[in-house]
Amino acid sequence: MNEHIIQIQHLNKTFGSGDGAVHALEEINLDIRQGEIFGIIGLSGAGKSTLVRCMNLLERPTAGKVIVDGQDMTALSEKELRLARRNITMIFQSFNLLMQRTCLKNVCFPMELCGVPADKARRRAAELMELVGLGDKADAYPAQLSGGQKQRVAIARALATDPKVLLCDEATSALDPTTTASILELLKDLNRKLGVTVVVITHQMSVIEEICSRVAILDGGVVAEQGTVEDIFSHPSTDAARRLVYPGGASVQQYGAATHAVRVAFNGGSAYQPLIASLAIECGVKVNILGADTRNIDGKAFGTMLLGLPDDPNDAAKALSYIRSQPDVAAEEVEYHA
Amino acid sequence: MLEIFTAGFWSQYGALLAAGTRDTLIMTLVATVFAYVLGLPLGVALILTQPHGIRPCALLYRVLGWIINVGRSLPFIILMVAIMDFTKLIVGTKIGVLGAIPPLVISAAPFIARMVETSLAEVDAGVVEAAQSMGASTLQIVWKVYLPEAKPSLILGGSISIITILAYTAIAGAIGAGGLGDLAIRYGYQRRVDSMMLVTVIFLIALVQIIQSIFSRVSTRIDKRLK
Ligand SMILES: Nc1ncnc2c1ncn2[C@@H]1O[C@H](COP(=O)(O)OP(=O)(O)OP(=O)(O)O)[C@@H](O)[C@H]1O
Ligand SMILES: [Mg+2]
Repeated sequence: MNEHIIQIQHLNKTFGSGDGAVHALEEINLDIRQGEIFGIIGLSGAGKSTLVRCMNLLERPTAGKVIVDGQDMTALSEKELRLARRNITMIFQSFNLLMQRTCLKNVCFPMELCGVPADKARRRAAELMELVGLGDKADAYPAQLSGGQKQRVAIARALATDPKVLLCDEATSALDPTTTASILELLKDLNRKLGVTVVVITHQMSVIEEICSRVAILDGGVVAEQGTVEDIFSHPSTDAARRLVYPGGASVQQYGAATHAVRVAFNGGSAYQPLIASLAIECGVKVNILGADTRNIDGKAFGTMLLGLPDDPNDAAKALSYIRSQPDVAAEEVEYHA
Repeated sequence: MLEIFTAGFWSQYGALLAAGTRDTLIMTLVATVFAYVLGLPLGVALILTQPHGIRPCALLYRVLGWIINVGRSLPFIILMVAIMDFTKLIVGTKIGVLGAIPPLVISAAPFIARMVETSLAEVDAGVVEAAQSMGASTLQIVWKVYLPEAKPSLILGGSISIITILAYTAIAGAIGAGGLGDLAIRYGYQRRVDSMMLVTVIFLIALVQIIQSIFSRVSTRIDKRLK
């Protein structure tokens, strides 16, 4: 009935009061669409966990509304809230499985909570274990599994109540890159097969570029930027976004010496190398690559390069106008004095 | 003391020792059961109402903590004498096996509450939070998360509680409660039958060893984190 499965309006969260108060979230507004994979990225302490915990009211917002599937979560009674939480489940960085239960029994757990008959629960749990690729581990205990397998069990458990939304708080941060990729693949797959909306919290840009369609950048408790992943990648307009998009990459601040440079952003069109080559051939100008951070998203080139321009002002101007004439490339002149 | 290896010793004292052992076991087990009936809910209440618990309630947490501390600060022998009238009211006698049980329970319950609190505190807060995120009620979290997840630790705590109560029964013996402690005092101390003292001590040591090894084994066997 509503294309937005989660609407967050004027959300504020303050811990403590008086001088010691921590404003973890300030004036957050977000709309997450039905069926999308939405990313929330930010550095440590940005308020990501607090934000996601406000979505299922594990944390009660100080002010503002959290509307999930048309229901204002902040207005629910405790009992109604418990029911609503079956619709918006969560997985965690530390998996949080019940260690004294078998994997199958872990998946049964949320169904036990809402009174599903035991044999029906067991059948569904077995199906879900198949779905996450662990059909043979039903009777194993979590301690016998690897991290990736544990997270798969946690995902199966989170899906047991047929939720509309799956919240993932740093779900891959404890895993190695290969396992991370396989878990992200699984989430993508479940999103496609089941239509479940996925909210991914992470501090890794690679996770966002891997599976998200839209992203919000959280910085110091405020949303610095939000939009499609492509837009944010190609035109990061805030410092917070640039810090995340180019971690340790082509940031001007890194080059201490006085440099006449140009920051070139590739917006999903031409590749990088030919530009440098053709600059040399067609303009006869040689530029230095001071730094580069480039990525491939959906087969298109994104990223930036920091090019040091020649000292000769004529050559520099020639190079600059040549770069600006290229399609899908944005150039920003940066004069940096140490 | 070598007479403990003679048939004469056992024909003279065997029946007494058997009855004493039986009384000690009855007092210990019955008192443990009732002490847990009081102490377990108290320990759960402490965990739930603590500042970071799932049902924080500073007032209740503080009041319970205060009562428990008072209970734990009274030496058993003083408590036993102090509540004799209450004991008579409850079980109809101040002495014997029956008379020892109320003070044993009252003395052990606060201790058990703290043991339970410690065991439950070991349960990963993340797991509790996960249960909350799935819509578990407080009661469900207690029954399906806290108690089962802490079971191995609760069982180990159980052995400590039982052994503590066993030691209390020996003290209770000093003021007419019966059991092995009573035999040690009456025969070993007052009548200077050294061999009786030795045997009661050996019996007590054996009981403690047996209880501890059974509980340790069960705790390890059921703990699924270890495999
Ligand atoms: N229960 C709490 N009491 C007080 N302050 C808190 C509490 N929870 C979080 N905070 C504060 O709120 C801010 C945001 O914390 P949060 O855990 O949401 O950050 P995060 O983005 O998830 O960081 P990380 O990447 O390290 O998990 C931090 O300054 C943190 O200290
Ligand atoms: Mg976090």
